[in-house]
Amino acid sequence: MSLAKRIIPCLDVDGGRVVKGVQFVDIRDAGDPIEVAKRYDQQGADEITFLDITATHAERDTMVHVVEAVASQVFIPLTVGGGIRTVEDIRRMLNAGADKVGINSAAVNNPEFVREAAEKFGSQCIVVAIDAKKVSAENETDKWEIFTHGGRKPTGIDAVEWAKKMVEYGAGEILLTSMDKDGTKSGFDLALTRAVSDAVNVPVIASGGVGKLQDLTDGIKLGHADAVLAASIFHFGEHTVEEAKQQMAAQGIEVRL
Amino acid sequence: MHHIAVIDYGMGNLRSVSKALEAVSNNASVVVTSDPKTILSASHVLFPGVGAIRDCMAELKQLELEDVILQATQEKPFLGICLGMQALLSHSEENSGVDTLNLFSGSVKLFRPDALINGEKLKVPHMGWNQVHQTCSHPLWKNIEQNSRFYFVHSFYAEPTDKAVIAGTSAYPDDFAAALYKDNIFAAQFHPEKSQRAGLQLLENFVNWDGQS
Repeated sequence: MSLAKRIIPCLDVDGGRVVKGVQFVDIRDAGDPIEVAKRYDQQGADEITFLDITATHAERDTMVHVVEAVASQVFIPLTVGGGIRTVEDIRRMLNAGADKVGINSAAVNNPEFVREAAEKFGSQCIVVAIDAKKVSAENETDKWEIFTHGGRKPTGIDAVEWAKKMVEYGAGEILLTSMDKDGTKSGFDLALTRAVSDAVNVPVIASGGVGKLQDLTDGIKLGHADAVLAASIFHFGEHTVEEAKQQMAAQGIEVRL
Repeated sequence: MHHIAVIDYGMGNLRSVSKALEAVSNNASVVVTSDPKTILSASHVLFPGVGAIRDCMAELKQLELEDVILQATQEKPFLGICLGMQALLSHSEENSGVDTLNLFSGSVKLFRPDALINGEKLKVPHMGWNQVHQTCSHPLWKNIEQNSRFYFVHSFYAEPTDKAVIAGTSAYPDDFAAALYKDNIFAAQFHPEKSQRAGLQLLENFVNWDGQS
């Protein structure tokens, strides 16, 4: 009897629709977020994450309505990320029915924002999202750097050190995305996932690169992740969350079936 | 017709709680309120909460809700959730120590940050779906399978002095009190409003509960 490892489908939302890009281009339409969320809930998803990928001011209202509608019908935890920059942004999302918010660029621009948010709303709802890219050469010790602006802007910050710092500032969870792997369907960056997960004492969600069910198991067994996040593998009907959990359970991972 | 008051004291996401209650009760009105009269005239009272205990107690004091809560726990079916459960004990270790409502003798403690679980570091907060072992039969467990999973997110756990008040346990890695009960009071460390089928069943049981064990 113990805590289950979580599977978290991720819905990239643009203009009120679920979309999925491959390395941030080639957007395909994947449906109405409420319908998609309900489907994943029925399949046994442990949480659902919404990423507002445009995150403009006007889009924010659309996102609030999406969260409100989903939270009235789907009774599992919901996380919203993308463009969360102020205490007011967080308050609006929580009031709409989100349980956690993901903070990414705003944390890099002003780490104190994470501290303020955690003090105000509690660490349990503050997820710091980290987009990391490998910057070491093949023959060097592994090193990853934080990127912002959808992976376009380097910051010079070491990913593992950053994760530790964000936990000190009050992050209750780390959502770790490999920019090298995102959209490639070649599996998580397991070395990155393990380095961060072993360095912090809060849960780590592995993200970026899931192409087959075994990748999810590897993220937990080899990457030491507490939860795994995936999008396209579920969106286009290749696999259900239930299949993923059965495959994980068959390899000895504790899941909620 | 039942009137359910969800106590609003500025701590956390009350929309999810009220939406979940609405989803399970055809025949009840749900109101989110900090008004003492509304709370004390309700048939059922739900005391939710996320965040830190010091802020929680300060808000209750400022809104003059401490006595209202104590009175409600004497009179009607009362459900505390998460921080709303922890506040019912005598004392919490959080925020360098805070005295709480003392409805259950005992204290609230931090999970051991140095513990190992299957050889890996224990992650705190305890976040996710854990099994709850029902240690008593209670109207709120009706139609919920033994060892069902519920959604937890917390860093502190309740340790009541009298183990007889424990209604259910979870393990992380040691057993801790996942639910408490006494007379017309039930309290859950997990979030039934976020625990899908099993959670909605528990809320439905609460709405239909007359407060008798």
